[in-house]
Amino acid sequence: MAPQRAADAPQTIAHLLSAKEIVIACGPGGVGKTTTAAAVGAMAAAEHGGRVLVLTVDPARRLADALGLKGIGNQEVRISDEVFRRAGVAPRGELWAAMLDSKQSWDDLVRLHAPDDATREKILANPLYQNISGRFVQSHDYIAMERLYEIHSEGTYDLIVVDTPPTRNALDFLDAPQRLADFFSSRLLRWLIAPYRSRLVNAATKPFYTVADRILGTQFLADISEFFILFQSMYEGFVKRSEAVTRLLSDRRTTFMVVSTLEATPLREAEFFSAELIARRLHLGAIVLNKVLPDYLRDSATARLAQHMADRFDTLGEGLTDDPVLAARVLTEVAESFLHFGIVARREAEEQNELVGAPDILVTVPFFDADIYDMEGLIRLGQQVWD
Amino acid sequence: MPPAAPDLLQLKLVFVTGKGGVGKTTVAAALAQLGAEHGKHVLACEVDAKGDLAGLFEAAPTEFVPREIAPGISSMSMDTEASLREYLKLHLRIPVVGRIGPLAKAFDFVATAAPGVREILTVGKLCYEVRERHYDLVVVDAPASGHIVGQLAAPQAINDLVKVGLIRSQTDWMLDILSDARRTGLVVVTTPEEMPVNETLELTARVREETTVQTSAVVVNRVLPELFGQREEEVFEQLREPAAVSVLSERAGGPVAPVLEAARLAVTLRRTGAGHLQRLQAGLPAALPVLLLPELFTRTHGLRTTHQMAQALGEELGY
Repeated sequence: MAPQRAADAPQTIAHLLSAKEIVIACGPGGVGKTTTAAAVGAMAAAEHGGRVLVLTVDPARRLADALGLKGIGNQEVRISDEVFRRAGVAPRGELWAAMLDSKQSWDDLVRLHAPDDATREKILANPLYQNISGRFVQSHDYIAMERLYEIHSEGTYDLIVVDTPPTRNALDFLDAPQRLADFFSSRLLRWLIAPYRSRLVNAATKPFYTVADRILGTQFLADISEFFILFQSMYEGFVKRSEAVTRLLSDRRTTFMVVSTLEATPLREAEFFSAELIARRLHLGAIVLNKVLPDYLRDSATARLAQHMADRFDTLGEGLTDDPVLAARVLTEVAESFLHFGIVARREAEEQNELVGAPDILVTVPFFDADIYDMEGLIRLGQQVWD
Repeated sequence: MPPAAPDLLQLKLVFVTGKGGVGKTTVAAALAQLGAEHGKHVLACEVDAKGDLAGLFEAAPTEFVPREIAPGISSMSMDTEASLREYLKLHLRIPVVGRIGPLAKAFDFVATAAPGVREILTVGKLCYEVRERHYDLVVVDAPASGHIVGQLAAPQAINDLVKVGLIRSQTDWMLDILSDARRTGLVVVTTPEEMPVNETLELTARVREETTVQTSAVVVNRVLPELFGQREEEVFEQLREPAAVSVLSERAGGPVAPVLEAARLAVTLRRTGAGHLQRLQAGLPAALPVLLLPELFTRTHGLRTTHQMAQALGEELGY
């Protein structure tokens, strides 16, 4: 028996989105997460109206491809109504898109929190800062959520659809604000930068610095210390901010949409992710399963028929074509191809049946015979997901 | 003329990457298997320990300490903290073992401050295994394409940051190994689909520009079989005529339309894929070999499929 649902629990993505301000699309890589996020955003703009923003935080520039936009960046860009019209849709609202520029966002954050101009310039010039903000992947996770918070608090958009980065661990971005807060309030941090602040090293801590010097080199240790001393001046702002970001993720206005395919590996990850969302009391609004093969491939009577065709290929096509030899070969290929795809379709249907902890809204999207690279495709996908 | 197949088995360290979901673990397992079949003593290392690699050999999940999971193949999963402990033990020769505890904590802290340190502990451990010649071939089931550049560029990034000290001397020899195209190579796995191909083109360009690692090959996984040639397609269309379909259904004893429809779908998928494959080949440097692995249409992934993939890979490599 299906679990008891609240009478007004949303049954479709359309319904779900009408009650939310933030939708976070998450899940394993390679399942069409970015495209699904863009499609859902496009549908919301077209059907619900208002201002809708699709924020992609994937370092690979896929959303721009799908929206036919070259070079969208940190600044939000409006997708023109003309793009919708060419896809045969008259949008009721506006669709905007932005791509997370990690480095730019970090710089903005420093500008926001730095107590004075001198500190700001020093931080921006610190080699360690430049590496953290520009080169290393983990900083994407935090800044993505930070940027979401920033945009949401400006109140410009009725709905923000976020496409999360393909993290090593799908949960990294959820933990990032808390990790950052922990990091800045760590005792070890104070310990590490103490000698540079006081120029005083006592007998108890001296061995530590000697070893740290040997491993890291004096200049690097000095850079680290400078970085943290400077960042300490922004400590309170940062911690408050990351707490606010964490709150926003668990807010009633925020929901999560897990995207996957029915292939075993991504589906396992999506399952794990769904369970984690529930464990953290975050709102798992929907699961979207992409690239689902058509039902007829699983039909057992048709499979028997295909087997029969494969066995009788030599006589089956007699008189139907101008080349009996080729007809026999074609029929064999056709029958075997059906049986091949049937194996995949049945395996995937089983996977879907075994999906545990699924939310009320579980949407399957059929395998499209062409790739999605424009608004028309996004709308076509969006309509499958929508209601 | 297409470029000659790369001699992947002559390398000492092979990173296997690709967009999530394209089967990079499958290809890493197949390469390890192929190496073992050619008498190599292989270490297969999972960096994003999800246990999938061991699963492909139907073995229990791997740990940091390598364990034989198949004849000739040892497997480990990366654990940066364990890697750090090993590093401190080997290189720092800290007199009091008890000291390692708090020091590791401090180092871990610095690793969070300068996240490249974590990457370097991963790359460092792999390079170390190569330098010490514990194995003939180290195959890395590396992070997905969004992360691999950061990983491979870490020694250079640290080198730029740290001018003197123990770390500096460490990154120097790592860079020697990583930059040596006779020893180290990157294999980028993709599928013949729009986004994976785009990402592969982007990634190979970034690897060229931002790292010193040589891309040895691009592997296209799940290539669908070509059902028909042009002449066969004409015959197929004749068989799809309504009159022909009803005769076929009568002879076969049931409605054959779905069977023909499935073939139509297979042909469309194959054709779409072929277009992306062409785009991939046109976008890659002419000298970079592109290897094709078939869609296997299997129910599950395990030893049997790993062996099949190893065989397919071996054929592509000319073994």
